[in-house]
Amino acid sequence: MDLVHAVLEGNRLALARLLTQVENGTVQGRQALEALFPHTGRAHLIGVTGPPGTGKSSLVNQLALQIRRSDPPRKVAIVAVDPSSPFTGGAILGDRVRMRDLSGDPGVFIRSMASRGSLGGLAHATSSVVQALDAAGFQVILIETVGAGQAEVDIARLAHTVLVVEAPGLGDDIQAIKAGILEIADILVINKADLSGVEATERALLSMLQLAHPAPRIFANQREHHHLAWDENPKDLESVETWIPPVQRTVAVEGDGVTELAGLIAQHVAYLQKTGGWEQREQARLQSELDELLRQALVRRWRDTVPEAHYTQVLQRLLDRQISPWQAVAELVNGGEA
Amino acid sequence: MAERKIRVLVAKPGLDGHDRGAKVVARALRDAGMEVIYTGLRQTPEMIAESALQEDVDAVGLSILSGAHMALVPRVLDLLRANGQENVRVFIGGIIPDEDTPRLLEMGVSGVYGPGTPTDTIVNDIRRSVLGSAEISE
Repeated sequence: MDLVHAVLEGNRLALARLLTQVENGTVQGRQALEALFPHTGRAHLIGVTGPPGTGKSSLVNQLALQIRRSDPPRKVAIVAVDPSSPFTGGAILGDRVRMRDLSGDPGVFIRSMASRGSLGGLAHATSSVVQALDAAGFQVILIETVGAGQAEVDIARLAHTVLVVEAPGLGDDIQAIKAGILEIADILVINKADLSGVEATERALLSMLQLAHPAPRIFANQREHHHLAWDENPKDLESVETWIPPVQRTVAVEGDGVTELAGLIAQHVAYLQKTGGWEQREQARLQSELDELLRQALVRRWRDTVPEAHYTQVLQRLLDRQISPWQAVAELVNGGEA
Repeated sequence: MAERKIRVLVAKPGLDGHDRGAKVVARALRDAGMEVIYTGLRQTPEMIAESALQEDVDAVGLSILSGAHMALVPRVLDLLRANGQENVRVFIGGIIPDEDTPRLLEMGVSGVYGPGTPTDTIVNDIRRSVLGSAEISE
């Protein structure tokens, strides 16, 4: 397939067009992804998430510059997700405004994505777009989520290393102990650290970390699967050093703290490689992708077996309050025409 | 679920520092269901072409108030063509003297819009030129 070869050879226009196909869920895009899949699994995926306005884009800009300065310089791709309007489906994708320092560098590729109705902080196609960039030879992929509040944690399924970016003055210590976004941080960044209130924010985050039970960072639903090593041999946990998320202050517009942050990211990679966490995250990611595709395929296959009239009729009885949603499901799955 | 979304890059080339018009247009395109990549002020033609390529956009909207359009626009068009993006439609907004409009259209620009143009006009023109007139019902 031409597109695939062109992408593997580093043709940027071919890559850009492939990403559009992938984003639009076309057959051509899917076939290309299948052909590219053996070339994936090499990139370090770094997620950058946090509330709106904390400076994620500026930080991504600085991190990319830092990675490009490393020796040898590694190729960097950036996937920046911004929200789609729930009403019109339109979007303003504005992350590039903060990334102008990166223009003109052929070792950098930036792609903006609209969330297109997905609520977890990423778009449905983000993981596929990341796979395509991985296959195209980008060694580091920075994934910037939509401005995320508390529950947009999809990025933790996708990335090897998750940075959660906070800024001074965004909440008290109760916010810090809530479940959700802070839990998924491998590294906590306090950006805009030149603003007043930075000490209080740092204190709240550090005390949250001290309180946190050092738990392996695998999703609850993944733990149910018996073959994940963490649950099979809980004793192993004690022999393995535990990663306590460090807190790093930065001032992204000035570049302050970015070298240190890059150092922490390198430490996290070393930790993942030493402890087997890297493979574990790969497995968790591919497994959740497999499960999701399986779910879609099974629903589609099942749907084909149900006559439209029957489905409509059950739906109508549900709308008339004759049956409950649970009864409707029972009827569609077990009874009725089946 | 193949979905065709129109992607438009909105950029301000050159040195003038006033992007209110560009933002109004960006917002109107968003409200029309398009995905707008907004790149901000003081973009060089090289930066614009690079962004258009990476984002695989269908159209580029340039807002120019500085009077430098006859220098900037051909440069952007040349770079787009050099990158293999000759199909990308280019629209110009801002302060463009009437006598320059035919020359810009001749170069390959798809539309020129001065102050006071209803945003619906711009939206419909972009949609028509990208999707083809058959799919438009106004």
